[in-house]
Amino acid sequence: MEHVFVYTRKRREFGRPCHFSDRPAELIVDILPDAGLRAEFVERNPLPAQVQCGPEWSEHEVNTERLESEARGMNHVEGGWPKDINPLDMEQTMRYRKKVEKDEHYRSAIVRLGSIMEHYIKQNNAVDIYQEYFTEGQEEDDEEEEQEQPVARTISVFRDPGAVKRWVTALSWSPAGGCKLAAAYSCLDFQRAPPNMSYDSYIWDLENHSRPEMSLKPASPLVCLEYNPKDSHILLGGGYNGQIAYWDTRKGSHPVETSPIEVSHREPVYKVIWLQSKTGTEAFSGSTDGQVLWWDIRKLSEPTEKLVLDLSRKGDLGHALGCLSLEFETTMPTKFMVGTKQGLVVSCNRKAKTPAEKIVCTYSGHNGSIYALQRNPFFPKYFLTVAGWTARIWSEDVKESSIMSTRVHLLDGCWSPVRPSVFFTVKMDGTLDVWDFLFNQKDPTLSLKVCDEALWSLRVQDNGHFLACGSQQGTTTLLEISSGLCTLQRNEKALASEMFERETKGAKILEEQQREIRLKERSRSEQSKEEERKESEKVERAKELLERAERHFFHMVEGGRMLLNKNGSDHLGVQVL
Amino acid sequence: MSVEETIKRIQSQKGVQGIIIVNAEVLICNAGIPIKTTLDNSNTVHYAGLIHQLVMKARSTVREIDPQNDLTFLRVRSKKNEIMIAPDKDYFLIVIQNPSE
Repeated sequence: MEHVFVYTRKRREFGRPCHFSDRPAELIVDILPDAGLRAEFVERNPLPAQVQCGPEWSEHEVNTERLESEARGMNHVEGGWPKDINPLDMEQTMRYRKKVEKDEHYRSAIVRLGSIMEHYIKQNNAVDIYQEYFTEGQEEDDEEEEQEQPVARTISVFRDPGAVKRWVTALSWSPAGGCKLAAAYSCLDFQRAPPNMSYDSYIWDLENHSRPEMSLKPASPLVCLEYNPKDSHILLGGGYNGQIAYWDTRKGSHPVETSPIEVSHREPVYKVIWLQSKTGTEAFSGSTDGQVLWWDIRKLSEPTEKLVLDLSRKGDLGHALGCLSLEFETTMPTKFMVGTKQGLVVSCNRKAKTPAEKIVCTYSGHNGSIYALQRNPFFPKYFLTVAGWTARIWSEDVKESSIMSTRVHLLDGCWSPVRPSVFFTVKMDGTLDVWDFLFNQKDPTLSLKVCDEALWSLRVQDNGHFLACGSQQGTTTLLEISSGLCTLQRNEKALASEMFERETKGAKILEEQQREIRLKERSRSEQSKEEERKESEKVERAKELLERAERHFFHMVEGGRMLLNKNGSDHLGVQVL
Repeated sequence: MSVEETIKRIQSQKGVQGIIIVNAEVLICNAGIPIKTTLDNSNTVHYAGLIHQLVMKARSTVREIDPQNDLTFLRVRSKKNEIMIAPDKDYFLIVIQNPSE
């Protein structure tokens, strides 16, 4: 029931000063109890009531102001010597020491302490007091502990030191242990980058969160950045103006070499990936101008190979699809995948003889541009794509639809390197979601609000324990995940592979059905073209539809009436009619 | 029983890596002066200085909780070894031992 109160005011009275006056209370609506409604309720006797006798608790959270800490070292020089003795002079110190040794106190004290000390030393040698006695019981305890809620905790936050805040568009952990994090900062808003925005990208050391360890100065802001998995000093970055540059951290902040603009991409380079090669110097890059270029960093003056993502296989840049993400798995060195702006995932073969054959197949099904693409590190046949509104898991064999999907607006995602069924995604509203597909497929297992602005990039460290996510305001947050989410459970691999296979089978069956339906429709429409009574057939079909609809309607009414008779009330009848 | 014998006895126990005797007189700053040691000089100075502060802190902690109480022994067990400190009014005896596995 809507309550509406209307008052009228003359137009010439608008804008007049308000004259407030006191007015007694006015009754606007009076709803009296309706005895008739009582019939719809049943008196409940007994009624459960809760009483608690306990101390009242309240929880408070306090965040202190950011502490700027710096590590400083102090040189310990021998001190404590009495003023008249120079600690560097051997003779004086020797003399002082001898004097102390002659002291009576000294002797008695040391002898006493010596006997105490001996007791403890012998104790140590006799029994190891920290020995684990009940290791079997401990294992059971661990299992029970894992039932607890998974939790992720923010450990530290790295803020962009510049005055103008830029987006963190890419993150990369340093290989082999990952105690350094490289972050690429740039502004991806088309032509809206503020003029005095700095171009630097930074390498952060996890211990020191107040200042970056090193800054990288490219010619244009970096959109993506990757550590070389074989050499932790070399980084490769793709810039906003399409150039590729590589740095050696031993040599300083300026790139060792940059590719010339004429042969680079014409739009921002959205992803660079290092390739598996003997020299460890090859990489490839993708950008929205529709090209995928291969480079050898020793010779950045021109790309070693080029591929235009044109589905018609003609090499036409005008029709090419813009590439937003690349995927390369070291176990399958000739195949790679490209996620495009148009929502297609293109699988390509590098070793194809002609450029036309390079594009092997496409996977369609996403509505938005594909921001992230990654193969499952345990089962390379399945890969995860994150696009506009869904995250989907695909199987290589099924090309028409994904085998699993979720429903939220996402910007980046990646698999956990230690658990085959866990992956992480970040959203536009600053939330990090952890999904465990063995546990729950429709909702994230853990959803954590990291910050208020959109999170653009996400990367998990190789041990699966830490993850870093970068936001629109230039803040990189480092989180630690609870051990339940990053330790491999006992039959997880088997369960995950079973589940994937099941889903693939389901998707394949669906695909078969779809294909059959389409075939049938096609053959049916062909038949009707051959016959000349096309229109009458249509009319007949329309009549059929009508009849079917009527039958359905009457069936519903009958059903309603039967329910009516069962309950014996009039309401349903009114609605149906 | 002399000081030499005590030290020799302790040294002969299994796993003992080093012994340091520190003078606890605090005259300047917070460092203790090593009187006798079986380790090299730089390590000795390191241990003496750091452990002196630790013992002072531990002692004041125990005393603050209960003024009648006093620190009798301090063990610091780490992954690699164990540092045992026996404090006295004016001196500390520090022994570094590798505990038996």
